[in-house]
Amino acid sequence: MISHIFRIARKDLTELYRNRLALAMLIIMPLFMMAMVGFIYPSNVSSPTNLPIALVNEDTGYLNSTIASQTFIKGLQQINSKTNLMTLSNTSSISDVKNLIQKGDIEGGIIIPANFTETFLKGEQSTLIIITDQSNPDISATIQTALSSVFNQMGTAVAQQKVQSLNPTVNATNSLAIVQPYNVKTEGTVPGNPSYFAFLAPGMMAMTVMMSVMTGLPVAITLEKEVGTLDGMMVAPINRLSVILGKILGQTARGLLQGFIVLVVAVVIFHVIIQGNILLVFGLLLLFVFSFVGLGIVITSFAKDQGTAQMMMMTLMFPMMFLSGVLFPLQQMPWYMQDIAKLLPLTYAAQALRKVMVLGAGIPNILTELTILLVFGTIMIAVAVPVFKRMMTK
Amino acid sequence: MENEPIIKVSNLTKAFGDFVAVDNVSFDVKNGEIFGLLGPNGAGKSTTLRMLSTLARPTKGTATIGGYDIVKNDNEVRKMIGIVSEKMIVYNLLTAKENLFFFGSLFNIPKNILTKRINDLLELVQLTKWQNAQVGTFSTGMRQRLNVIRALLNMPQVLFLDEPTLGLDPQSSVEIRDFIKKLNRENKTTIIITTHIMVDADLLCDRIGIMDHAKIVALDTSTNLKKLISGADTTILKLEIGNLSANIIESIQACQCTDAVIQEDTTHLRVISHGKEAFDSVIDAIRGKGGRIDSIGNLQPTLEDVFLHITGHEVRDSADQKIPLSTGHRHFEQTQQRIR
Repeated sequence: MISHIFRIARKDLTELYRNRLALAMLIIMPLFMMAMVGFIYPSNVSSPTNLPIALVNEDTGYLNSTIASQTFIKGLQQINSKTNLMTLSNTSSISDVKNLIQKGDIEGGIIIPANFTETFLKGEQSTLIIITDQSNPDISATIQTALSSVFNQMGTAVAQQKVQSLNPTVNATNSLAIVQPYNVKTEGTVPGNPSYFAFLAPGMMAMTVMMSVMTGLPVAITLEKEVGTLDGMMVAPINRLSVILGKILGQTARGLLQGFIVLVVAVVIFHVIIQGNILLVFGLLLLFVFSFVGLGIVITSFAKDQGTAQMMMMTLMFPMMFLSGVLFPLQQMPWYMQDIAKLLPLTYAAQALRKVMVLGAGIPNILTELTILLVFGTIMIAVAVPVFKRMMTK
Repeated sequence: MENEPIIKVSNLTKAFGDFVAVDNVSFDVKNGEIFGLLGPNGAGKSTTLRMLSTLARPTKGTATIGGYDIVKNDNEVRKMIGIVSEKMIVYNLLTAKENLFFFGSLFNIPKNILTKRINDLLELVQLTKWQNAQVGTFSTGMRQRLNVIRALLNMPQVLFLDEPTLGLDPQSSVEIRDFIKKLNRENKTTIIITTHIMVDADLLCDRIGIMDHAKIVALDTSTNLKKLISGADTTILKLEIGNLSANIIESIQACQCTDAVIQEDTTHLRVISHGKEAFDSVIDAIRGKGGRIDSIGNLQPTLEDVFLHITGHEVRDSADQKIPLSTGHRHFEQTQQRIR
């Protein structure tokens, strides 16, 4: 039986190899897809620069002094000249700012309110207002974060000065400790700073392999049934399972090849570093194929022709791509979507791959995913074999 | 055990939902005979063949080949049979030789024996020159020849041929027929042929089963079947009437002696009639309406006539009720309506 499985797989792959156009597409498709995804998504978590921001100074001053706003503006300009965070422009009123945001000329505005210096000199907290473009939540959040962080930095410096003036024996270092007792440092579990692409790449690999196998099975099985050559195998005294496994083997080889191309692109072009064991990565991909291939066999068994089979596959895979945390993290989805995602093998495969590739996890850390994939696969194949036998001898 | 039938079919039935494609069919095939299933498209011949070759599961009934049940011992049956179906079982992107090696390997034939057998088979159908060419470059005739030898790789005791000369040019048809006869003579291979081409059945088959609308309506040798209608009583006339008209045809049909009138084209008729007065009555009927008889002849009954006699309709009537080999209930529903 083993030799039959290999012969059938080899025959399928020979046919693929001799179809030059199909072979070319086999290689180009993952290359292209990865290149597109990679260049669309930013590969470095870079800080924004040159954001067009308008500044409105409504400070009426107190006791003939506008020291607070002057100090603030000077401080802001100092920081800006170092980081180029903003392109500052002066505007006269809030309504102007709103107008400019609506026109799209600026991304946000900083408002220094009328009582800025007054509150400052009276020893009260002074409020600063940030206005952002709400039509673009991503940029809006970025600006809020960036500006808040700048203002806090500046605020800390002012606080340090106040402390030192209250108690001249305190020096600069200790005043910082008084004003900001907790210093927060962030570290990761692996060296370096993995980019968003490193998050994407494992999921893309899994997805590519899945698409490859799922679109290949209709050609391998349904088309042969349509054309009549499947009869040639079914009329031979071989185990029906040999046909199923031979076809699966051929398509898996094809899928792994495409997955490998994705990996190469990720490493060579997008500088993704694989922290974990490469063999484990491919082992995971194989297990992943095992988990869903039964479903593929069931679908191709029911379809009348290759076109229908392929449509059914696409209908199944398309939502899977979006729902399984491959393109963006699960945590960002509403709870009911997350629940659906938990039913999809791709979710677990992508998760496990990510853990291995980005965090260098070993087998013990991915036992849950391994078990789930194994169970999925076993159930699906157990259903697929009798379905195939039944549908092929109708 | 020379006369023990090698194939025994008992109440074989195949239904697709409500539609019955093969209805309680029973027959035996003797070892070494050439057996034909004859009938119009859609009669159930191919479906019967698919069941016997283990490609389709019967709904009811059983059959054994060489003593092995087609359902319970399917792999044993497969070792003994070969099938040449309507659809060519060849891979276009593989060479002739690669095709044969692939299929041959599925029978667990030792490599050296397989190699020799492949060479011999290629030689047999004059494809040796083309053994390393991709089958996609072959003509239809060449593909069919390859299709046939592929079925012979395991030296089957029983060979199933589904419409073997369909779509072939006359020369290839003759070659295939000669090949079948040779195979049967030299290797004692039992051959089951399905066809709607009466000539093939007549020339090749030892016995013929006529199938119509899912049932076997007659089964005997070609000679015996023809005797059903060629008693001293039956006359088959071939007429050429220059000024043939509907009137004249009606007049012939009105004759007591007339069984059936088949119009072959604008001036040619075939009339099946009985009785001693048949000749005179028919001629009178024609002359009575002013018909001009350009030629007249007395024909031997053909299987087409047998079919007509038994089923009451022409083979051509059912031609558009072809049931496709591929499954799909919707196709069957459409056909079912027409048959009703």
